[in-house]
Amino acid sequence: MFKLFKRFKPVDWCLVALLVGVVVAQVYFDVTLPGYTSQIVREMTAAGATWRSILNIGGTMLLLALGSMVCTVIAGYIAAFLASKFSGKLRGDVFKKVQSFSFEETSRFSTASLITRSTNDVQQVQTAVMMILRMAISAPITAVWAIMKINASSGELTLATAAAVVILVVFIVGMFVVVLPKFKLIQKLTDKLNGVTRENLTGLRVVKAYNADGYEERKFEKTNTEISKTNLFVNRVMGLMQPVMMLVMNGISLAIYWLGATLINQGSLDYATMMAFSMLTMQVLMSFMMLTMLFVMVPRAAVSAKRINEILESDITVKDPDEGIPFVTEGEVEFKNVRFKYPGADDYVLDGISFKVERGKVAAVIGSTGSGKSTLVNLVPRFYDATEGEVLVDGVNVKDVKQEALHEKIGYVPQNSVLFSGSVRSNIAYGNADLSQDGLEKSAELAMADGFINDMDGGYDAPIAQGGKNISGGQKQRLSIARAAAFNPEIFIFDDSFSALDYKTDRAVRANLKEQTAHTTGLIVAQRIGTIMDADMIVVLEHGKMVGKGTHKELLQDCDVYREIALSQLSGEELGL
Amino acid sequence: MSDNVNDSRDRAVQSPRRGGPMGGGPMGMGRMSGGKAKNFKKSMGKLIKYLQPHLLYIVISLIFMAGATVCSIIAPSYIGKLTDEIFVSMLGRAIDLTAVASFGITLMVFYATSLILNYLQAFIMAGVNQKVSRRLRSDISRKINVVPLKYFDGHSYGDTLSRVTNDVDTIGQTLNQSISSLFSSIIMLIGVLIAMFVTSWQLSITAMLTVPLSLILIMVMMGFSQKFFRSQQQALGEINGHIEENFSGQSVIKAFNGEEEAQEKFGVINKKLVNSSKNSQFLSGLMMPIMSLVSNIGYIAVCVVGGILFVNGSITAGVIASFFVYIRLFQNPMMQIAQAAGNLQGTAAASERVFEFLDEKEKEDESEKFKKIETVQGKVEFKNVNFSYDGVRTIINDFSATVQPGQKVAIVGPTGAGKTTMINLLMRFYEINGGDILIDGVSIKEMKREDVRALFGMVLQDTWLFDGTIRDNVVYAKKGVTQAEIEEACRAANIDRFIATLPNGYGMELSDEVSISSGQRQLLTIARAMVQNSPMLILDEATSNVDTRTESLIQDAMDKITKGRTSFVIAHRLSTVKNADLILVMKEGDIIEAGSHEQLLSSKGFYSELYNSQFSLESV
Repeated sequence: MFKLFKRFKPVDWCLVALLVGVVVAQVYFDVTLPGYTSQIVREMTAAGATWRSILNIGGTMLLLALGSMVCTVIAGYIAAFLASKFSGKLRGDVFKKVQSFSFEETSRFSTASLITRSTNDVQQVQTAVMMILRMAISAPITAVWAIMKINASSGELTLATAAAVVILVVFIVGMFVVVLPKFKLIQKLTDKLNGVTRENLTGLRVVKAYNADGYEERKFEKTNTEISKTNLFVNRVMGLMQPVMMLVMNGISLAIYWLGATLINQGSLDYATMMAFSMLTMQVLMSFMMLTMLFVMVPRAAVSAKRINEILESDITVKDPDEGIPFVTEGEVEFKNVRFKYPGADDYVLDGISFKVERGKVAAVIGSTGSGKSTLVNLVPRFYDATEGEVLVDGVNVKDVKQEALHEKIGYVPQNSVLFSGSVRSNIAYGNADLSQDGLEKSAELAMADGFINDMDGGYDAPIAQGGKNISGGQKQRLSIARAAAFNPEIFIFDDSFSALDYKTDRAVRANLKEQTAHTTGLIVAQRIGTIMDADMIVVLEHGKMVGKGTHKELLQDCDVYREIALSQLSGEELGL
Repeated sequence: MSDNVNDSRDRAVQSPRRGGPMGGGPMGMGRMSGGKAKNFKKSMGKLIKYLQPHLLYIVISLIFMAGATVCSIIAPSYIGKLTDEIFVSMLGRAIDLTAVASFGITLMVFYATSLILNYLQAFIMAGVNQKVSRRLRSDISRKINVVPLKYFDGHSYGDTLSRVTNDVDTIGQTLNQSISSLFSSIIMLIGVLIAMFVTSWQLSITAMLTVPLSLILIMVMMGFSQKFFRSQQQALGEINGHIEENFSGQSVIKAFNGEEEAQEKFGVINKKLVNSSKNSQFLSGLMMPIMSLVSNIGYIAVCVVGGILFVNGSITAGVIASFFVYIRLFQNPMMQIAQAAGNLQGTAAASERVFEFLDEKEKEDESEKFKKIETVQGKVEFKNVNFSYDGVRTIINDFSATVQPGQKVAIVGPTGAGKTTMINLLMRFYEINGGDILIDGVSIKEMKREDVRALFGMVLQDTWLFDGTIRDNVVYAKKGVTQAEIEEACRAANIDRFIATLPNGYGMELSDEVSISSGQRQLLTIARAMVQNSPMLILDEATSNVDTRTESLIQDAMDKITKGRTSFVIAHRLSTVKNADLILVMKEGDIIEAGSHEQLLSSKGFYSELYNSQFSLESV
């Protein structure tokens, strides 16, 4: 948590100092006010008291109250300003850092976790910073100052106050000790309840098909009972909080009166001072309540802070060179004895990969799930870096050029089509702001997307929802392909990008690519034999090793793995065997 | 797998409430509730019906609360008497300590009684609250299984999920607070008012002067802060959306050099968020100082006016002391009423969403249907079947076909052609609009849904397993399955060897952390269908998402299970299609061709085109 405070700049610290000043002023007003109550009491009983003198004291009190409010408002504004600015900066830093992550870091954290960290966790921290700024400064000052005032005239009453504080703090802490683990349990049970419900929902057809409604409901009921019981317990314990706090507050007032009466009789105190005491005592109690809350809340935010720090402090594995070297050739991709493993892993995901694709040629990568196909093509745009060996693009090692320059050359179509909220146009022209209408339409035609785009309401300006939720999987894939085509790259990378297309469209898109982008080099990952049969070169992977390299015909002859894959999809007679 | 670990950790840290971590801040006005109900009265009315069975408890708890409130109203008058006793010291006389003690003890009794009553009230209400929440959750869960599947065409699962947890939580949290605090605040307000006027009408009027001031301030502040709160929520939603989009689209952003653009857009939204969050934090933090100023003003006014009245001799010092307490008691309920009103709005909005779902039309009641098929042959006839999902576009048009017992039907067509429609109709997930489907001559409309479904075993491509042991997953809802039967089914499904390698064998718990490949999942669901041993089958063949060896295991298992059973297969494999007795070719939802492989090829229709483009060897 405190590591994050290092991000405060000198200007911010100045503001914090100002905040402390304002808070001290506010506390001064607050602790002085009760003294005037005593004055009024004294004035009332003094000989020759007039309504004018009482009114005068009242006026002073009003000024004090106003002063306190003004200070609180200013302090509140400074705190809100600092907390929001701080969290805004933090959010920005986290966002920037994550953007610079390679796939390695992203998969280490998982995308879902990165999202919660940069949204929810940042909010938690902001709330905590706000609380610290508001309460951690004013509460101790108030408590100390008020206690000093009380102590100055009566040690006995100070003791009474201390007793009340101890009771209150012990009570609140005790309560949280009992309840906090239950809170965690409730969170877990809520997850479980969600899980059971989600299970029922996602398996609705299966549940119905097996007539298992009752089974599912019983399962739900079990968790439901558990969560209700735990909730009930927590609510009943927490229900004590308010009444007991009321009792302590009322009790301390009463104690002061009672004790005060004895002290007054002894002559060591007068009524007016006692009045002021009972008010100061309230302030002390309130301060300690706030401090206790702070101690309960801050550790929770500290967990969030730690999770944010993990992002900010993690090293980036894929870095740009200081100075990029120029490319030598055009449209060439070469793997030289490439090996790759995830950091900390024992086994290589890719091992001994060597092949070269020349300009305008198409290389395909095939293999079963988990054989490392996607990882292989991800090395080209440096989503990962090869552990050993070299990946060359246009004759130079990809590690020796700036990523931006490298990416300029690549038209990448991911496995899961990524679309952004915006329009059809903004998606196709992504990273390519000055794309002409003509270029836009051409790319769409190439990807066989023009048909459905024209059918959409608004055509090229039709809205696309976040993640492309408003169009089908095949349409998303075609838009992704159009986007890559519009980029006019030297090298295409298709990471299993034809899987959601039906066979006819798949064929047509590939025919268009061949015809219209003849000079563009292609790197295709596919599962379907049909998609890659006509590639200039096919690389066959199994368990990360290259077990075959050649054309379809060659591989059918002399690569067992390839033949097995082919036969699982097509009959021998169809393969011409 | 580490992803999943991360995930569950993330969930654990997240707050379960929709209000989020910024719900007004610690010194703010409590939690802002999510949205406003369209029809406040109607939603609350329905909620009250849920409360009715607990009416007795509610009444008892309200009586306790009233008692507690009366205690806290009477107590200040004793403070007054106590003060009067002590005040004599200012006039130079000694204090009567026995009188002080007797008032002190009386006050202790009041405070203690108030504590006990208050707590009993909270205790009872917490019970009522949990019972209501629990029943709401149960009802929603039950409802999920009785709404027609169609409902989920238009509603996401997330939406229903959030009704079960978030909305019921909101109701549970706010209902308790708002009912209790509304009730107690009103009693308190009236009680304090009476007590004040009984004690001193002049001071009462003085104290009342602050009422309009605080009312106006509360209104203004609430209005402002809600406005900023909303704009903050909006910016928050926007930025979360942007972050989500960017983090999940990382590969494309990198490949297309889109980092800068994303950064810029982020900056714009972030700035907006910083601004609105600053304002909303500030404003919600203002409530406290402003209210305490108002209460201070009231306090000072009482001091001054009370002092003057005292000097005139019309009141005692004790009256002033009681008024100090009254002012505090008087300010609180007004804040609380304002808050409770806001909370109730939230309760209503949440109940509206819950009841919207609970009031969804249920599937037609079938208790009158008694037809059953005792010994199943497995003949299925489609007679002029008509079907439409939305009632507008007919997608299955006058379809007729007969499937003889033991035959295999292959359903083929491009992705998105609606191949699952046939399954939906056969299993009565959806009801046909016209025509009839007969099984062994009995219309499925004349049977209970459960009885129709009991005739079919089903294996879907998106394999569905749940958290539980392997055994639980294989047996599922069927009763009286022996271990031998389970093992037999798993052997037939070619999954027995895999299970033998697991740490606990059949007792192995499946969860997020256990990795089971999609092929193995598929085999497990086949084993489940095997155990079920239904006379007919519906199968969804795996596409290419499994490795070749597992695929041949799956194929083998599927061949075994279909033997001798009438089966409907959504087919991706050529061998399955070719060997089928009947092929239904689907395109854009409709069955456009039906017949055997040879028949369809010779008719040179869509099937032959599909077949040729899919499987031909000629280069593109």
